[in-house]
Amino acid sequence: MSRKKRINFTDISIVLFITAVSITCLVPFLYMISLSFSSNEAIISQKVTLWPVGFTLETYKTILSDVEMIYTLGYTIVLTIVYTLVCMFLTICAAYPLTKQRLKGRSFILTVLVFTMYFSGGLIPSYMLVKNLDMMNTMWSLILPGAMSVFNLIILKTFFASLPESLEESASIDGCNELGILVRIVLPLSLPSIATLSLFYAVDRWNGFQDALFYITNKNLYPMQLKLYQIITANQQLDTQQGEGSIGAYIVPESLKAASVMFATVPILVVYPKLQKYFVDGVMTGAIKG
Amino acid sequence: MKAVLENYRENIKIKKKNSILHSLKRDSLLYLLLLLPMAYILIFRYAPIYGVLMAFQDYNIFEGISGSEWVGLDVFKFIFEQNSFYRALTNTLVLNLLDLVAGFPAPIILAILLSEIRYVRFKKVTQTILYLPHFLSWVIIGGMVYLLFSSGGMANTVLSSIGIGKMEFLSQKTNWLIMYVAIGIWQSVGWGTIIYLASIIGINKELYEAADIDGCSRLRKIWHITLPGIKPTIIILLILQIGRMLSIGFDRPFVMGNSLVSEYSDVISTYVYRIGIGSGDFSQATAVGLFQSVVGLIFLVAANYIAKRIGEQGIW
Repeated sequence: MSRKKRINFTDISIVLFITAVSITCLVPFLYMISLSFSSNEAIISQKVTLWPVGFTLETYKTILSDVEMIYTLGYTIVLTIVYTLVCMFLTICAAYPLTKQRLKGRSFILTVLVFTMYFSGGLIPSYMLVKNLDMMNTMWSLILPGAMSVFNLIILKTFFASLPESLEESASIDGCNELGILVRIVLPLSLPSIATLSLFYAVDRWNGFQDALFYITNKNLYPMQLKLYQIITANQQLDTQQGEGSIGAYIVPESLKAASVMFATVPILVVYPKLQKYFVDGVMTGAIKG
Repeated sequence: MKAVLENYRENIKIKKKNSILHSLKRDSLLYLLLLLPMAYILIFRYAPIYGVLMAFQDYNIFEGISGSEWVGLDVFKFIFEQNSFYRALTNTLVLNLLDLVAGFPAPIILAILLSEIRYVRFKKVTQTILYLPHFLSWVIIGGMVYLLFSSGGMANTVLSSIGIGKMEFLSQKTNWLIMYVAIGIWQSVGWGTIIYLASIIGINKELYEAADIDGCSRLRKIWHITLPGIKPTIIILLILQIGRMLSIGFDRPFVMGNSLVSEYSDVISTYVYRIGIGSGDFSQATAVGLFQSVVGLIFLVAANYIAKRIGEQGIW
C-alpha cells in the first residue's frame, strides 16, 4: 500500500481548498481587467463583474496617449534600475569582507550594522536628514536613504559563506587578489542569490510609496505609486460620503483607475514568475540563518 | 627583573601593534570594500539617531539642533497628555493584535495543506499564484480594495444581485477592521508559507514512513509529526511578531484608511506623519517616534530573552 496510489477524499478536499484560495488571489486581477475594458455606463450601472461589459479600449488609449503617464513609467523604471544597482553594489561590498573570519573588527562591524535593524532614529530625523542634505525633490531622496538593507546583506553573507573555501584558496595560489576572487569566482557562483536580492530591491523600489510621499512634492518627479495613489484617491472621499459625483469635482472614471492599477502591476507580473525559482531558495537561506 | 618585564611588555605591545598594522595591510582591499557601505550606514542610519535630540528640544527649524532650546522631557509630558496619541497607540496595538490572532495561524495551516499535496505541477502553479499578492504595493492593493468593495464595487454588485443588499465594507468601523485584517492575510499568507514549507521539508521522512506502517491517519501524522516538527519555527516567528507589536508599517493603514474610520485607522506611523510632516511639529513627532523605537526595542529584546529561556534559538 504505497502512499502515491490512493487518492482519497482528503486529497480532493485539500486540492479544492487550495484552488479556492488561489482563485481569491486572482479574482481582484480579473475584476481590474474587466473594469479597465468596460464602458463607463456599464460600470456606473453596476453590471461589471468578472467579464467586461460594453467592451472598449478607450481607457488604455487614454493612458497610453497620456505623456505624463508614460514619462512616469519610464522615470520609475530608471529609478528602480539605479536603486537596485546602488543597493547591490553596497550589499556585495559589505557582504564579502564580512565572510572572512580573519578580518579584524569583523564582529564589531557586524554589531554596528545589525543594531540598525532594531533601532532607528525614526521618521522625522530621517526626513530632516534628507532635507538637510538638499535631497528633497530629487531622485536621490528615493535612492540613498533606503540603499542597502542589512537583512539582505546577511542573506548574501550567508550565501557567500556557504561557497567552498578551496575554490578561493586555489584562486589565491594562482595569484588572484581578494577583488579578483570576488569578481571572478564568488560573484558568478552567487548569481541565483544576487538575482533574488535584486528582485527584492527592485520590488521594494517599484512599490515604494511612503518616502515619495514625504520627499517628493514636485508633480513631475512623482514615481509610479504616488501618481497611482493620486489617481485612485482623486474622488474616493466623495464615495465614502455617499455623494455620487457632485458636479464640478474632478472625477476619474473607475475604468481609468482600474487600468492604472493594472499599468503599475504588469511589470511585476512579467518579471516575478521568471525569478520565482531563485527567490524561494534565497528566502530559505535567509530564513534558516535568521 | 622589573626592567626585563617592562621590556617584555613593550615587546608585546609592539607585536600587537604590528599585528593590527599587518592585518590592515593584508586585508586592505577588504577594508576598502567596506568603506562605502560603512559610510552609508553612518550617514543614513546613525545620523538620524543623532536627530532624536529634537525630541528634547523646542525644535526651531531655522536654528537646527545645535541652536534650538533644550526643554528636557517637556515634549514627552505634552504628548502623554494628548488623547490623539493614546488613540494612535491603542490602534497600533489593536491592529497588530488582530493581525496576530487571525493572521499568524493562516500561513501555518496553508503550508501544512500545501505540503500534503502530491501533484507537483498543481502545487507549483498554486504557489506562484499564492506568492503574488506579496509583490504588490499597498497602493495597488488599496486601489483594488476600493474598486472591489466600495458602494459601486463588485462585492456589492454580487451581494445585491443575490438579494442580500449592499454592505458598507469600508466606511463602517467594525467592517473596516475585518477588511483590514482580511486583506492583510490575503497579502501575506502565501509568502508566509515559504518558511514553514522549508521547515516541513526538514522533517525526517522516516518518521512518516514509520507512522504509515503503524496505520496512522493523515490527521494524526500532521498532529504528531508535522506540527511538532515545525514547532521551533512557529515559536520563533510568534515571538518575533509579538516583539514587533508596537511597530506598524505606514502604507497599509494609510492607504486603507479613510475619513470615516480614522478613529480606528490612525496608528503611530500615520500620526507621526501627520503631526510631523503635515503640521511641522518636528519635536513632537520625533518624540513619538523615539517612544515607539525605544519601547519597541524593549519588546523585542524581551521577546528574544523569552525565546532563549524556553530553549529556542532566539533571534540573535
